[in-house]
Amino acid sequence: MRWGSGFTASGLAAGMRKHHELVWPASSKTVTLPQLTRRLPILAYTLRRLVILIASLLIAAIVLFVLLRLLPGDPANALLGVGATEAQIAAARSQVGSDQPLYTQFVSFIGNLARFDLGTSFVSRASVAGEIGNRMSVTLPLTFLGFLLALALAIPLGIIAAVRSDRWYGGLISVVSQLGIAIPVFWVGILLVTLFAINLRLLPSGGFPLRGWTNFGEAAVAMILPVLTIALVMAASVLRYVRAATLDVLGSDYLRTARALGSSFPQALIRHGLRNGAVPVISILGIELASTFLGAVVIERVFSLPGLGSMLLLAIQQRDYPNVQGVLFVSTLLVLLIGFAADLLQRFIDPRLRDRGAGTP
Amino acid sequence: MTTLDVISPKRRSHGSVTLWAGLALVGLHIAIGLLTLVWTPYDPTGMSGGRLEAPSWLHWAGTDRLGRDFLTQIMVGSRIALIVGTGAVAIGAALGVTLGILAAFASKLLDDALAATLDILIAFPTLLIAMLVVAASDTANLASAIIAIGIALSAIVARLTRILVKRVLLMDFITAARTSGSSWPAIVFGHVLPNIWPTLSVNFALQFGLAVIAEASLSYLGLGAPPPNASWGRLLQEAQGTVYTAPIGAIAPGIALVSLVIGINLLADGLRDSIDPTRRAR
Repeated sequence: MRWGSGFTASGLAAGMRKHHELVWPASSKTVTLPQLTRRLPILAYTLRRLVILIASLLIAAIVLFVLLRLLPGDPANALLGVGATEAQIAAARSQVGSDQPLYTQFVSFIGNLARFDLGTSFVSRASVAGEIGNRMSVTLPLTFLGFLLALALAIPLGIIAAVRSDRWYGGLISVVSQLGIAIPVFWVGILLVTLFAINLRLLPSGGFPLRGWTNFGEAAVAMILPVLTIALVMAASVLRYVRAATLDVLGSDYLRTARALGSSFPQALIRHGLRNGAVPVISILGIELASTFLGAVVIERVFSLPGLGSMLLLAIQQRDYPNVQGVLFVSTLLVLLIGFAADLLQRFIDPRLRDRGAGTP
Repeated sequence: MTTLDVISPKRRSHGSVTLWAGLALVGLHIAIGLLTLVWTPYDPTGMSGGRLEAPSWLHWAGTDRLGRDFLTQIMVGSRIALIVGTGAVAIGAALGVTLGILAAFASKLLDDALAATLDILIAFPTLLIAMLVVAASDTANLASAIIAIGIALSAIVARLTRILVKRVLLMDFITAARTSGSSWPAIVFGHVLPNIWPTLSVNFALQFGLAVIAEASLSYLGLGAPPPNASWGRLLQEAQGTVYTAPIGAIAPGIALVSLVIGINLLADGLRDSIDPTRRAR
C-alpha cells in the first residue's frame, strides 16, 4: 500500500470494502456461532464477559450467604421479644428457616434469588423487593442525575484544564478540582445546607415528600441539593482523570504525527485524542458511578432521604436480615452491571483491545 | 527538540512548587500528630470551658457541646487521620499490586476469576464492608475501620494495576524482552513495575486521601473510631446538629481534613512531575 493512502477518503473506503469482503465472504449464507465469534471478536468478548457476569453474581450470592451467616445471633431473635419461651423460639426459628441445615438454607437461598424473590422483612412484614423498588425511586435518580451533571461539568473542564494548563483559567480549574477531590461528600452537603437552607433559606435542608414522586414539584426541589452535592464532588474527581488522560494524549507521538501531517490542533485532538483518552477514563467512570451509587448512604444521611442507603443502615440496626440481604444483593447486581457496561464500552472504543477478541488479555 | 503548540513549556518550575507545598502541609499534620502524643492545649476528654463557646484567645476554635476544647480535638484528629491513611494504604497497596500483577500474568481462566472477584470486592466497598464488620463485632474500633478501608482500596489498586500491566505487556519492548529470554520476574521488576510505578505511586497518594475521607465518612455515620478518638468525621457529625449556634464546629474539622488531603494530593502531583520522564521533558 502506498504510504499515506489511508489518509484519503477514497483510500479509506476501498480499505473498508476490502476488509468487509475478507470478514464476510459473499458465499456464506448461514453462519454458526463459532464462525460468528471468530469474525466478530467483540461478540466473543461480550459472550465471555456475560459468563463472567453470571459467575460473579453467583460468587457474590455465596459471599453474601456466608457473610450473613457469620453475623452473631440467630436471625430468629429479631422476631422475638425479651423473655420468649422455648416454644416461641422454635416457632420463630422454623418460620425464618434457621433450624434447617446450612446446605438446605443455601439451596433455598439461591433458588429464591434466581426467582428474584427476596422474601419479606422481619420487622415490617413488607415484601423486600417492593421496599427496594420504593427506595430505588430515590437512590437511582439521585445517583444518575448526579453522575450526568458531573460528566457535563468534568469532561469540558478537564480538557480545557489540560490543553490550556499554561493559562490562568487552566490552572484555576486544576486548583479547584484539587480542592474538590479533597472534600468529603458529606461536608460538601453540610456546607451547602448551611448556605442554601439555613442562611439563604432557598431550599429545604433535607427530607422527601411522603407521597414520593407523585408530588413531583416538592420531590424535585428536595433532590436539588443532594444531586448538586454528588455532582460537585464527583466532577472534581472525574476532572482529574480527564485532565490526566488529555495530558497523556497531548504528549503522544500520534498527535504530533497528525499535526505534522497537517491536521489542525482541535481536529487532531478530536479525531485521535478523544478515543485514546477515553479508554482509561471509562474504567474509572464505571468505578465512580458504582461508588457513588453505594456512597449514597452518606448523602441520604445528610439530607434524611428515604433511599436504599438509609434502608440498609436501618436494617443493620434492627438486625432485619432479609432487608440487609436484599439491599446488598441488588446493589451488587447493579455494580456488576455497571462494570460489565464499562468493560464493553472500553473494548468497543479501543480497537487495539477490540480486535484481540476472546484471546488474552 | 522541536516544539509544537501542543506542548506547554511552562511546566518546569511548577512541579517543585507543588512538591514543596504538599510537603509543607503534610509535614504540618505529621508534626501536629506527633505533638499530640506528648502535649495538647487541653485535656481532649475533659471539660475546659462553657458549652459551644465562640472562638477566643483561650479556645482558638471554641468549645463543643460538652465544653471540650475544639482545637485539641481537631489536633488529635490529625493523628487519627494519619494512622488510618498509612495503615489502609499499606494494606491496600500490598494486596492490590500483588493481585493485579498476578491477574495480568495469569492464565485466562485465573485472570477471569480474579477479575470477577475484584469486581465483587469493589461491589462491596468501604462503607458496606465496614458496616458489616461493625454489625458483626457490635463495637466499632480504629483497627476494623483501617482493615475495612484497606481491603476496599486493594480492590481498586488491583483493578488499576491489572489494566496498567496489560497495557505495558502489549508494548514492543516486552516482546523484545520475552524473545531475548528474560524470565517473568525479570520482566515484572525490570520492565513492568518501573513503567507503571509513576501512575501507581500517584494513585497511592490519592488512595491515602480517599482513606482519610472514607474514615471520616464512617465516623460521620457513627461507624468509625469510638469517642476518646476525636475523628474529624465524628466532630462534623456532632457539629451538624448545632450548626446554627456554633458554625465554627461544622467548618474547622472540615478545613483540617481538606488541608491534609490537599497536601497529600499536591505531594502526589509534585512527585509525578519529578518522576515521570515524559513529563519532565516538557
